[in-house]
Amino acid sequence: MKPRTLYEKLWDAHIVAELGADEALLYIDRHIVHEVSSPQSFVSMRKAGRQLRRPETHLAVADHAIPTRQRDVIDEPQAAAQIAELEANVAEFGLPYAALSGPEQGIVHVIGPETGFTLPGTTIVCGDSHTTTHGAFGALAFGIGASEQTTVMAAQALRQTKARTMKVELIGHRHPLTFAKDIALALIAKIGANGAVGYAVEYVGPAVSAMAMAERMTLCNMTIEAGSRIGLVAPDETTFAFIKGRRLAPKAAMFDAACAYWRTLPSDAGAHYDKVVTLDLAQIAPQVSWGTSPNQTLPVTAHLPDPAQITDPSERREAEKALSYMGLTPGAALQGTPISHVFIGSCTNGRIEDLRAAAAIALDRKVASGVKAIVVPGSAATRAAAQAEGLDRIFTAAGFEWRFAGCSMCVAMNDDRLAPGDRCASTSNRNFEGRQGAGGRTHLMSPAMAAAAAIAGHIADAREYIA
Amino acid sequence: MTGFTTVTGPAAAMPEENIDTDIIFPARFLLLTAREGLGKHAFHDRRYHADGTEVAGYVLNTDPFRAPPVIVAGANFGSGSSREQAVWALHGLGVRAVIAPALGEIFHNNCLRNGVIPVILPPETVAQMLGCAAAGTAFTVDLEAQTVTVAGQPPTPFAIPPERRLALLNGWDETDLVLARFADDITAFENTQRQTQPWLYA
Ligand code: SF4
Repeated sequence: MKPRTLYEKLWDAHIVAELGADEALLYIDRHIVHEVSSPQSFVSMRKAGRQLRRPETHLAVADHAIPTRQRDVIDEPQAAAQIAELEANVAEFGLPYAALSGPEQGIVHVIGPETGFTLPGTTIVCGDSHTTTHGAFGALAFGIGASEQTTVMAAQALRQTKARTMKVELIGHRHPLTFAKDIALALIAKIGANGAVGYAVEYVGPAVSAMAMAERMTLCNMTIEAGSRIGLVAPDETTFAFIKGRRLAPKAAMFDAACAYWRTLPSDAGAHYDKVVTLDLAQIAPQVSWGTSPNQTLPVTAHLPDPAQITDPSERREAEKALSYMGLTPGAALQGTPISHVFIGSCTNGRIEDLRAAAAIALDRKVASGVKAIVVPGSAATRAAAQAEGLDRIFTAAGFEWRFAGCSMCVAMNDDRLAPGDRCASTSNRNFEGRQGAGGRTHLMSPAMAAAAAIAGHIADAREYIA
Repeated sequence: MTGFTTVTGPAAAMPEENIDTDIIFPARFLLLTAREGLGKHAFHDRRYHADGTEVAGYVLNTDPFRAPPVIVAGANFGSGSSREQAVWALHGLGVRAVIAPALGEIFHNNCLRNGVIPVILPPETVAQMLGCAAAGTAFTVDLEAQTVTVAGQPPTPFAIPPERRLALLNGWDETDLVLARFADDITAFENTQRQTQPWLYA
């Protein structure tokens, strides 16, 4: 048989019917449901008088619109209505639900892996573009719209167009304060925000193999910011060790049988990729986004672009527009830009490893005066784990607020949001105009860098904060 | 969904790359759970000042582009969030086709599900069309013929996968279609997978 990539193996293993023109009907093994993108899908189900084909293959949770200051009352009436609607749908259609006040609540892309719902070799969909995250387990995972969710609910299958394949090879040794987030941002800066449109991206190389699952998830999570719906890492012993023993993971002999299958998934030697991109990690300093698209990212030590020096007219226009929205001076040093807010959290960087990296910088230091800094764990389980390690006390002693789990200021659907002109050092994934609140200005970076910015009161180099 | 054949009218020019779905439909409006009546929130923060007054000069606040049947945009229009509200809002505004060198992939799929025709053309062609759109020239998008015609010029061909085109022309619902055509195949797939990967059925 012709050598195949991981993507091709996952694709082939889920074909229900070939539809021609690179399209196929794919079987969908898993669907994660949240309160914001699902209401209309359930309405369509109800209107058509349909049941879920396999209720047990879905997992519902509220994460996007919920408050993170407390969990007792939901002040925002529209958010309360949305959560009530999710709970009513869960009851009516009979799908599993991670209750808002329960131990498994959290961001869709954090709790999937934590509960063992996310498994290698599966297809996983969710009404959320960062479903790419689950590709870190060697799963074919992608974001879909509400209408597609309805089809998955009713038919457990979805028409898809086969992607081309891109191999991203990470070579060289990285600085200990260069994280997956920096690698992802550097990659997007290199290939562009649409550099991977139409491709399934697979990350390979010794640096990837050496990464813990959290960092693999960060890489795959950010893949959508390069325009690709699919980021992948081949499953290996690190993956299996992470999964073993989780509530929904296969147990005992079934686990061994599953591992035996999962071991066949990595790309074959000699498999063909349509495109190969190589990144030398030794060249990657901590990254900071300066504009309104994630590809507008520079090393923290760099100076901002000066549109007058840019010859390509469309690139010049984009730079002018971004600098103006961001309220930045062309050519100025990025480091030293004063910030008013810090957000540590999200499905990109809200895991325990991320909180540890931020706490290492915050330890025995103080948040600069005038800076409002919040830490929002990615899940209730992450929050509990962090508290067991005392990370919450490190953060609160430094002057950070310690919150309940949710999407929070990543998407600004609750009261965690920027006011016009506020400038935020954020560990989330999107620096789009208004993403963290209308008129707000977002600088994307790693948790260590965000913590350093909180302490300094301006964009700072985390490497100067660790002896 | 009703079937689609052609649409003709002015095209709003958005000569900008990476117009993401947060710009098309800001997240705070996602708290609404209806899919109708979202057109008024389309491009909200570009169209309106914080006090609710119109931003003068913005293309969608300029006649004849207030409810344009066509948008011509820079690369990567509709990138970012998967929110289908972005397409529902465009549809609510009156948009029936989006012409760009590349679209966000999830947005692209969402368009196909909602009778908004995604027209992908080479960057040079789109650049030219952006000029014509800004000048107020009428555009015709013909799904049957798979062409875009800018008034007074020869038609430009585009492509939609054949089955998707057929569904759009007839206004078929994809869920109905999948269930009607593939129910047995899906069951057969499950029967095999239950044998080969029993842990997915525990
Ligand atoms: S944390 Fe942000 S990116 Fe992740 S699921 Fe929530 S809103 Fe989406």
